[in-house]
Amino acid sequence: MSMLKNIKSMTAGVALGVASLVGTTAVWAEDTIKVGVLHSLSGTMAISETTLKDTVLMMVEEQNKAGGLLGKKLEPVVVDPASNWPLFAEKARELIAKEKVDVIFGCWTSVSRKSVLPVIEELNGLMFYPVQYEGEESSKNVFYTGAAPNQQAIPAVDYLMEELEVTRWVLAGTDYVYPRTTNKILEAYLKSKGVADEDIMINYTPFGHSDWQSIVSEIKSFGAKGKKTAVVSTINGDANIPFYKELGNQGVSAVDIPVVAFSVGEEELSGMDTSPLVGHLAAWNYFQSVESDENDAFIAQWKAYIGNDERVTNDPMEATYIGFKMWVEAVTAAGTTDTDAVEQAMIGVSVANLTGGMAVMNKNHHLSKPVLIGEIQEDGQFLVVSETDGTVPGDAWSDFLPGSKDVIADWTAPISCGNYNTVTKTCSGQNF
Amino acid sequence: MLRLIVGLVLACSINNMVLAGGDDSLAVRLDALAAAKLSKMPAQIDLLAGMDDPRAAVVLQALLDGQLYARKSDKRLFIATPAADKSLLLTDPLGLVQPGAAKKNEFKRIAVNNRMRSQLRYAIARANLQSPDPLQRQAAVLRLLDDLDPAVLVLLDEAAEDESDEGVLGLVYIARGMIALDSDDRLEKMAAIELLSGNLQPLVKNRLQQVLARDDNGDLLETDAVIVKKARVALAAIDSKAGVYKFLETTFFGLSLGSVLLLSAIGLAITFGVMGVINMAHGELIMLGAYTTYVVQLMMPDHLEYSLLVAVPAAFLVSGLVGVAIERGIIQFLYGRPLETLLATFGVSLILQQAVRSIFSPLNRSVATPEWMSGALQINPVFALTYNRMYILVFALIVFVLLLLLLKKTTLGLQFRAVAQNRAMARAMGIRSQWVDAMTFGLGSGIAGIAGVALSQLTNVGPNLGQAYIIDSFMVVVFGGVGNLWGTLVSAFSLGVASKFVEPMAGAVLAKILILVFIILFIQKNPRGLFPQQGRAE
Amino acid sequence: MASHYVQSNPLFVKFADDKWGNILLIAILLTTVIVAVGNLLVPPESPFHVSTYMVTLLGKYLAFALLALSVDLIWGYAGILSLGHGAFFALGGYAMGMYLMRQIGDRGVYGNPDLPDFMVFLDWHELPWYWSGFESFGYAMLMVVLVPGLLAFIFGWLAFRSRVTGVYLSIITQALTYALLLAFFRNEMGFGGNNGLTDFKDILGYSLQSDATRIALFAASAAALVLGYLLCRWITRSKLGRVLIAIRDAEDRTRFVGYKVESYKLFVFVLSAALAGVAGALYVPQVGIINPGEFSPLNSIELVIWVAVGGRATLFGAIVGALLINYCKTWFTGALPELWLFFLGAIFVLSTMFLPRGIVGLLHRKGESS
Repeated sequence: MSMLKNIKSMTAGVALGVASLVGTTAVWAEDTIKVGVLHSLSGTMAISETTLKDTVLMMVEEQNKAGGLLGKKLEPVVVDPASNWPLFAEKARELIAKEKVDVIFGCWTSVSRKSVLPVIEELNGLMFYPVQYEGEESSKNVFYTGAAPNQQAIPAVDYLMEELEVTRWVLAGTDYVYPRTTNKILEAYLKSKGVADEDIMINYTPFGHSDWQSIVSEIKSFGAKGKKTAVVSTINGDANIPFYKELGNQGVSAVDIPVVAFSVGEEELSGMDTSPLVGHLAAWNYFQSVESDENDAFIAQWKAYIGNDERVTNDPMEATYIGFKMWVEAVTAAGTTDTDAVEQAMIGVSVANLTGGMAVMNKNHHLSKPVLIGEIQEDGQFLVVSETDGTVPGDAWSDFLPGSKDVIADWTAPISCGNYNTVTKTCSGQNF
Repeated sequence: MLRLIVGLVLACSINNMVLAGGDDSLAVRLDALAAAKLSKMPAQIDLLAGMDDPRAAVVLQALLDGQLYARKSDKRLFIATPAADKSLLLTDPLGLVQPGAAKKNEFKRIAVNNRMRSQLRYAIARANLQSPDPLQRQAAVLRLLDDLDPAVLVLLDEAAEDESDEGVLGLVYIARGMIALDSDDRLEKMAAIELLSGNLQPLVKNRLQQVLARDDNGDLLETDAVIVKKARVALAAIDSKAGVYKFLETTFFGLSLGSVLLLSAIGLAITFGVMGVINMAHGELIMLGAYTTYVVQLMMPDHLEYSLLVAVPAAFLVSGLVGVAIERGIIQFLYGRPLETLLATFGVSLILQQAVRSIFSPLNRSVATPEWMSGALQINPVFALTYNRMYILVFALIVFVLLLLLLKKTTLGLQFRAVAQNRAMARAMGIRSQWVDAMTFGLGSGIAGIAGVALSQLTNVGPNLGQAYIIDSFMVVVFGGVGNLWGTLVSAFSLGVASKFVEPMAGAVLAKILILVFIILFIQKNPRGLFPQQGRAE
Repeated sequence: MASHYVQSNPLFVKFADDKWGNILLIAILLTTVIVAVGNLLVPPESPFHVSTYMVTLLGKYLAFALLALSVDLIWGYAGILSLGHGAFFALGGYAMGMYLMRQIGDRGVYGNPDLPDFMVFLDWHELPWYWSGFESFGYAMLMVVLVPGLLAFIFGWLAFRSRVTGVYLSIITQALTYALLLAFFRNEMGFGGNNGLTDFKDILGYSLQSDATRIALFAASAAALVLGYLLCRWITRSKLGRVLIAIRDAEDRTRFVGYKVESYKLFVFVLSAALAGVAGALYVPQVGIINPGEFSPLNSIELVIWVAVGGRATLFGAIVGALLINYCKTWFTGALPELWLFFLGAIFVLSTMFLPRGIVGLLHRKGESS
């Protein structure tokens, strides 16, 4: 059973930990390239972020087996920011200033990214951020390999509108910046498509909301007005299980009112009883169920690395994978790990997606990736029901928000700015 | 080719089968379905649905339930249910091959998407109009109401001819009424409104509202003032009826939330209220109960229906034993220093959380909901009671009563109370106070474990489960009055109901804030809670 | 309940001369000088160079130490166990954060001169009224003290007057910070929701990213801690302090003797909240972010534990506890990322069981035996 194995690895961990306490001074004799891993291993976000830490470690191991990078071995440096946002900034500083890492893979929540951003820009570090987020940002020192709203939310709404002929919309989210922004964008988008005010219901709930009775009942009566209704869910991690359970119990099925979610992936599903979820949708850039040689190899490698045949892969893992591969290519091309050189070398680099096609790093530090819509199946996997033709370039600044419709990001000369206003021709608020 | 021959030979040996042109047309359809790509499947489903063969309906139902599999070797379709040992129990939709077990990896499930699910449901509903089960017939009519048009009504009228079930007939009347609303005949229209008045089906309300639709200038489309008036009255009747049920529903939601609060707080009411120990690890004891449920389900995958019955005593034991260990190992040295028990147990809670994270991984664990806990008791179209909430409500009350009996009627309970009231005197009377302390703490912890079993049916089972409930639990105990079980009961239910009534007005977040502010102000007025314990020196 | 077992703490008398406190103060001042010189004057190549990372880290510890001191003042000396003191810390932090946000001016990513980025983001068009005035440093500093102080005054006035004591008080302080946590999470509140306030540029015109500013903030934290310590020591040594201890040990008796118990408690509670606010204001520019997470009830419990581990009712024990536990946290989260909670938990359990008077109690025992 996997529990025993865990206990074993725990004891091994203690031993390692003690050993590292004793032997920290002896390690740096060899010249290595240091890879910082800044993901929470404890606290509320450990549930999602631990997997990404393991993914980075797996990629590092693989790269070292293949001969390292620039003739040097890669050395991972793992720290635990413990789901504590100020601690993220402190740990980022520790990684760059004290551990002298050459690159950081890290962060999940927007607030953790916002917290480390000033530190990384001040110390001119390099970070890869692998999670879908609200956009409205482009830093010289960060590469965003997760989806921007136009690579997840808008294609999902398009699918519902065109394929399922949805005309009434519930935008339900947890009350923080990602759902707020996504819903603002979607609201503007829906209205531009002629959806009336009374056909949009917006609802926000606190983190970890567990009692969904009233809200589901409200959604139910909102959906009983004779028009096809769908829920666009930006509900955050832990609140999802009770939400779907309540939907199922109150008899709202995916056929009546489909829910499309942007934060529910294979890994979240592996911790749920999937029966009430069957038929509900999710929009991602990657699904484990997509059949391709790269994906099969990746899944096999992951299962072998983690030593558990039941473990699944998900979109942020693919984003980490792409980010890591791109970084390796850029470092190889630049011949150095120097931030400025790597940053310029990154732009235009392309790496094969696990789902087929190529992901390309654009001038705005966001990727061009395909968008997939999947329906949840009983086994916790997704059945792909729609896929964009070709790739969609990530848009750092949304065209549907009044504050940012004139803003673009372009990190090549002559603009070299993360928030260039095309009307006033100015670039403001840069920390370098 | 060989298959065809075998199929023919077998088919000929079965006499009662209707065969078209010597071949089984269902077999042809099934082969076509198995070969179809996802985008071509709806057409195949339509063809299947159009067949006058009862076996086709069985196939469609299996497809909807995700139980239709194709054998990888020859793309032959089977209806299969997964067995516990990861094999498949197969039945042949054609009835040619004997049922039997087979390896899962030799088969591929036929996946369907929402569009097909909707199509399948419609097809099955049409087929089910003839079902012998009146509930199935009702569901079928209800499904057909969604796509009501005169053609469907003809179908329904046919079905109603030899229908005896009142529920089904009632739905058919509604269908007639809704169609009649489109009639040009004024009297027929008015009769239809009369018929539909006060009916709670959401479809009816929408349909009646259409009668009152306005054009672009804001003028009513319906020019007949009598009809408009009748429609308004009918709608008002619906609204007032629905309002009553809305109130009942909100009350139920509140009671259900209250039962969750009661379960999570009642263990604390004992350890905190009776013993004076501020147990910050209480939430983690709840979490251990939830994880016990998970492990129990892992150990008995074939009997998920009974897993919760096993999990309740198991969780009580696990959390209870951990509780006894905490009491013996730490708390017994800290009696009389309640604030220090807070600090030490906070440390324990960190350790327990991390232990679970290390043993079970930080990921949430999937706890299955038994069949009897899913779904809802549909009382009418706008009012339903979800089974899981109902069982948990009853369960919470049972736990409460048992606990009360234990404390009031047993020798052990007498000893608990004696030690809580006056330790020195109790000892002088020969009570082993240390043993009683351990048992009391174990009891409180064990009940926390039971709460975990209930919560595993409502929310995530993960390392953070406990933290989500600890603060609420303390609020409930303090609001009710420390040391008073009845106070905890009243406090849990009143806080639950209050927050559910505030929530629709203020939103979930603000409702929670308002309740907290209310508790703060209430404690200022009544520093000892709702039911202050009398005559005890603090 | 049986709280009368914790009544008399002889430590107060034993440390009347406060030898250790004086040593600690000198140590803090010396460290400040060494760090300042080591960071600004010693070249980075030298082994004696103090890195900027170290400076901000120590600065954060000092802010936490001041916070712990404020808790010790009410818990150690007046017997008021607040499990919501993090709220006052966070409010002070928010007041400072609002000033720092206004300092950004039009250098935000949207280049809007009037509104902080998160308001542009949410499509707000004007600054909410409670943001006005925060462009002035003086006003902001006033608010750092006033807002927590006022909240403590209202809360304390209600609670102490109705004689809410003991665990009841502890639990409702927890409710207070929990309610504020939820409120500040709401984006409608106009404090940046979950993301809080971040991306600060400068303070009083000096860039927050320059080493000199960091050292200045660090020195300010040290100064605030030393002054706070002296203030608390003066209060606890005065007649007022003795009354407080009398209240802690026998509230009813003190009341019967004729003291206005409520007023004494209220005074020290408000003072403590203001100190916590100052700590928050020093913390924010050094870590670069303030968000609702600071209101988390668990944070408030943890800081009570700093005091307990260090040693209650000694003032300097609180400082020692805060510094030590935070250092352990920094070290563990780097060295043992997967296991550090075991260690932290074990420290909490073991120190409560075996060091009922905290680490400072060890010094005391040593002193006794020699």
